[in-house]
Amino acid sequence: MSLKVVIPTPLRKYTAGAETVEVQAATVKEVLDNLDSKYPGFRASVCDETGGLRRFINIYLDGEDVRFLENLATPVADGAEIAIVPAISGG
Amino acid sequence: MSFVKGLKCRECGREYPVKLLAGCEECFGPLEADYHYEAIAKKLTRDALSSRPRTIWKYRELLPLESEPKIGLATGGTPLIRAERLGRKLGIDNLYLKNDSVNCPTLSFKDRVTAVAVNKALEFKLEAVGCASTGNLANSVAANAAAAGLPSFILIPDNLEPSKVAATQIFGSRVIAVKGNYDAVNRLCSQIVDRYPWGFVNVNLRPFYAEGSKTIGYEVAEQLGWHAPDAIVIPMAGGAMISKIYKGLKELQRLGWISETERTRLYGAQAAGCNPIVDAVRRGTRDIRPVKPNTIAKSLAIGNPADGYYAASLIPQSGGWAEDCTDDEIVAGIQLLAETEGIFTETAGGVTVAVAQKLVEQGRIQQKDLTVLAITGNGLKTLEALDLAPPQLIEPKLAAFEEVFGGAYHVA
Repeated sequence: MSLKVVIPTPLRKYTAGAETVEVQAATVKEVLDNLDSKYPGFRASVCDETGGLRRFINIYLDGEDVRFLENLATPVADGAEIAIVPAISGG
Repeated sequence: MSFVKGLKCRECGREYPVKLLAGCEECFGPLEADYHYEAIAKKLTRDALSSRPRTIWKYRELLPLESEPKIGLATGGTPLIRAERLGRKLGIDNLYLKNDSVNCPTLSFKDRVTAVAVNKALEFKLEAVGCASTGNLANSVAANAAAAGLPSFILIPDNLEPSKVAATQIFGSRVIAVKGNYDAVNRLCSQIVDRYPWGFVNVNLRPFYAEGSKTIGYEVAEQLGWHAPDAIVIPMAGGAMISKIYKGLKELQRLGWISETERTRLYGAQAAGCNPIVDAVRRGTRDIRPVKPNTIAKSLAIGNPADGYYAASLIPQSGGWAEDCTDDEIVAGIQLLAETEGIFTETAGGVTVAVAQKLVEQGRIQQKDLTVLAITGNGLKTLEALDLAPPQLIEPKLAAFEEVFGGAYHVA
């Protein structure tokens, strides 16, 4: 299944500056796996040593925080949009 | 002259020069301004401070500006009020209120953070400023941007109180309501900052912005005669203020201005309808489970608090606790503060008062504790939260007055 991933500025060093990339994946975890094989080092920058998402990184599937879904195990549909967004202070 | 050493990641310790940056480029942790404290201690004394005007700029060596501030010059220096009548109601002998509901220019503690951020935007020569906001930040960024002559873009959730929206639009700001809650607005802002060369105070100006909250800690300590309180109750949204007040008190100890032995217990207050930090403290963890907010305390309605991790770490470490209260308790808290002390606070202040009451009932705050409540916003901004009966209507005749109130003469 093909979907679009929105890459934030700090991670564009891995994607040769690309703001969005297309990947094939069935779950959020597979999205990260595939991004990592395409762009080595990508996963380590968004996941910690235990493989979970870093504390200050949020991943949204079509606008919904994956922590409200099934985290990295969340299934993704064809044509979905994944946004990787660093956490932001309050207001 | 600036005493800022640079920016430092709070997670991994990586250091950065002073620049426009949302977070650590390695681990995404929040960045904090670091200072040359020894040089500050050499230059500045408590006595020298006492002759400076009572504003946040009194402590400017401890704020991250390179040059003299140009706007927000009257911000801070808000009253610390001894609250005997409320203290009697709550059962606290030594109760004080830090009254930021009269802060300048827009009647909330956010004036402290935006004063720093908008001056920093001027230093960086940015074309425009903006923010994601639950209301108070919107008012404050819009006002300070207007005073600085900068255009501003303010993004808000689509369910904000009308008075908070009007009090942003009036400054000529571009106000954009976003379908969804604050967390959705925030996500959009992060993506806007990625594309446009603007300074969003809570995104890429965040390391500077957040420092403004430290001044609450400085002022409280100075107003208490250079003492740290035993307990301080602070409302929590994103969770930044509580850790910055703590940082402020720690810095004063480092400078030798308050005793090393004085310890302040931090108490965090949230609404039950949006309590992710309280929930983490109760579970004995620092890991925040995000929630979907549903509370009248809209200024605290951040379901995914970026600094929640630090708040949930510091609170138990300080010997404090976090507690929440229902919407009815919030309104009762607003009313109690108004009727006992003559201070009209917004819903967030109601949360602080209601939670303080619970903390006393739970025995966590004791009668003898020198306790400070942070009253961070003004009640005129959240009138919608109140359900007051219309005033009694009478004819302009003495007889009509006496018919209604005549019997009340001796009631005192």
